Amino acid sequence: MSSSTYVQLVDLAKHFGKVRALDGLSLDIAQGELVALLGPSGCGKTTALRALAGLQELDRGQLIVDGKDVTFQNANKRGMGMVFQAYSLFPHMTARENVEYGLKLKAHKTASDKRKARSAELLELVGLSTHANHYPHQLSGGQQQRVALARALAISPKVLLLDEPLSALDAKVRTQLREEIRRIQLELGTTTLFVTHDQEEALSIADRVGVMRNGQLEQIAAPAELYDRPKTSFVAEFVGLTNPISGKVSGGSIEVLGSIVKTLPGSVTTGTGIALVRPESIDVVASKSGNATVFAASFLGASCRLTINMNDGTHVTAQLPSSEAAGIGAGSTVAVSLLDMPVFVKAAG
Amino acid sequence: MKQSLGVRIWRWTIITVVGAYLIVPLYAMFDFSTKPFGFEDKGRTLRAWKIIPGQPDLMAAISRSLITAAIVMALILFLIVPTAIWVHLKLPALRRPFELLCLLPLAIPAIVIVVGIAPLYRWISINLTESPITLAGVYSMLILPYTYRSLSAALDAVDIHTLAEAARTLGADTGRVIFGIIMPTIKTGIVNGSFIAIALVLGEYTISNILNYKTFQVVIAQIGRTNGNVAVAVSLASILFVLALLLAIPTKKRRSAVLDVDLA
Repeated sequence: MSSSTYVQLVDLAKHFGKVRALDGLSLDIAQGELVALLGPSGCGKTTALRALAGLQELDRGQLIVDGKDVTFQNANKRGMGMVFQAYSLFPHMTARENVEYGLKLKAHKTASDKRKARSAELLELVGLSTHANHYPHQLSGGQQQRVALARALAISPKVLLLDEPLSALDAKVRTQLREEIRRIQLELGTTTLFVTHDQEEALSIADRVGVMRNGQLEQIAAPAELYDRPKTSFVAEFVGLTNPISGKVSGGSIEVLGSIVKTLPGSVTTGTGIALVRPESIDVVASKSGNATVFAASFLGASCRLTINMNDGTHVTAQLPSSEAAGIGAGSTVAVSLLDMPVFVKAAG
Repeated sequence: MKQSLGVRIWRWTIITVVGAYLIVPLYAMFDFSTKPFGFEDKGRTLRAWKIIPGQPDLMAAISRSLITAAIVMALILFLIVPTAIWVHLKLPALRRPFELLCLLPLAIPAIVIVVGIAPLYRWISINLTESPITLAGVYSMLILPYTYRSLSAALDAVDIHTLAEAARTLGADTGRVIFGIIMPTIKTGIVNGSFIAIALVLGEYTISNILNYKTFQVVIAQIGRTNGNVAVAVSLASILFVLALLLAIPTKKRRSAVLDVDLA
């Protein structure tokens, strides 16, 4: 345990019948850090979050928050603020009353005027001060989740737990709100655990992202490191796009698309392997004597995605800055090679 | 325009037919209660209505029935509703058996129930009290099918699990979750179930009569044996009274979102 570790999940295990939702999950979170747990459905990320909230009993393991063992503490005594995927505002209370609810229940009841001041401050923080007297049915989905966030923050939680809070919202509101969540989290310095299946969401706001699979943590790292230096083929393939390209591995390098690039730790070390190449790692240059033909080009704004048919019959997807893709379109003959960036190589077959 | 006129005609036809179905019997009762029933009466008379307050046992019976209804209401609020919430929240596997149990009183004829519970009430009368208020126990059993269905529908319409978990993370204990969060959320279901319960308790005759308790309906039946006009007047008055009672209970609070959720 490092000196700054604030939350520790130690060897958590939980079975639902024959399904292993958590299978020895361990995770440390530093104070003020935002950690995102990312993974496919059923990987155990929500179970881990619910266990930390006290809403899910564990078969095995230990939960330590701020140096105290909270494994067997009731959810209502843990002081965790939680925002749920489903809209969870109390429908018979206004936005302000929802935010004040947790303060009313605190052991040393917060005085009424302090409560009002705190709820006003938090509604201001989430940009809903003009909606304080609105009932949940009078608010949009995004506004409801903002109030839910203010309600969770009102009790000054030890840890803020976000269980896919943006999943039910439309794309534009989702992007806007996730940026607001990050801004507020940084402003208040609240230690936060964020669960999502949306990798863009996780990579864009977390200090560290943990990728989960079958109840275990595959890898936890800063977003850029996770993307550029995956430790397993699952992480490489789950986070971002990859082109599986076969090549010969030897001496810590692999030869693919006529280029020799270094392999990442954990890769296959000898023989034939499948390199998991990021679309951005592929260099494409217009050339009449090239080794490939562009099948389709998609303009994405700042970048351009090309679907390329190699002369040997394989296909790759490349992504390059729009400025570099000028003049390349469907039917163009191009020369394809790899940029000098290490790749993860998994066993063939 | 033609279609709109047709719809309006159809709508008013339905309203008129339903209105007549409900109002004609009441009017017939009023008509009968104002008919002369003594040699001295000529034409219409309100004598049957005027002598209602003087009927022996009537006021005491009304008071007993109202107290019984109030006790049944309390049992609904503090026993049946929390139990239904608890089963929905914590014991989902017991939902079916619980529902079946609640529907049983509907399948068992009142006479069978009364024969079954008669020894119990004999024991209560001898050892505890002769008060008809003890009928609240058996009434709260009779109302179960109606109250539980109403509550169950309201509970199914809202994601009570998430609401309960949100309240718990904010520091609420089980009591606060049930009484402070879930009950206000399913208020419409509770009010609807209570309406049916009150109507049933104030209208029940078979059980109270066989167990020899003088409740409102029993006393009306007794009056009816001696004076039909007064009995009908009392019946009509009781219907209007219950109607007024039910209307007096606030059912709508537009500012609340709960109603919107429940009615959806």
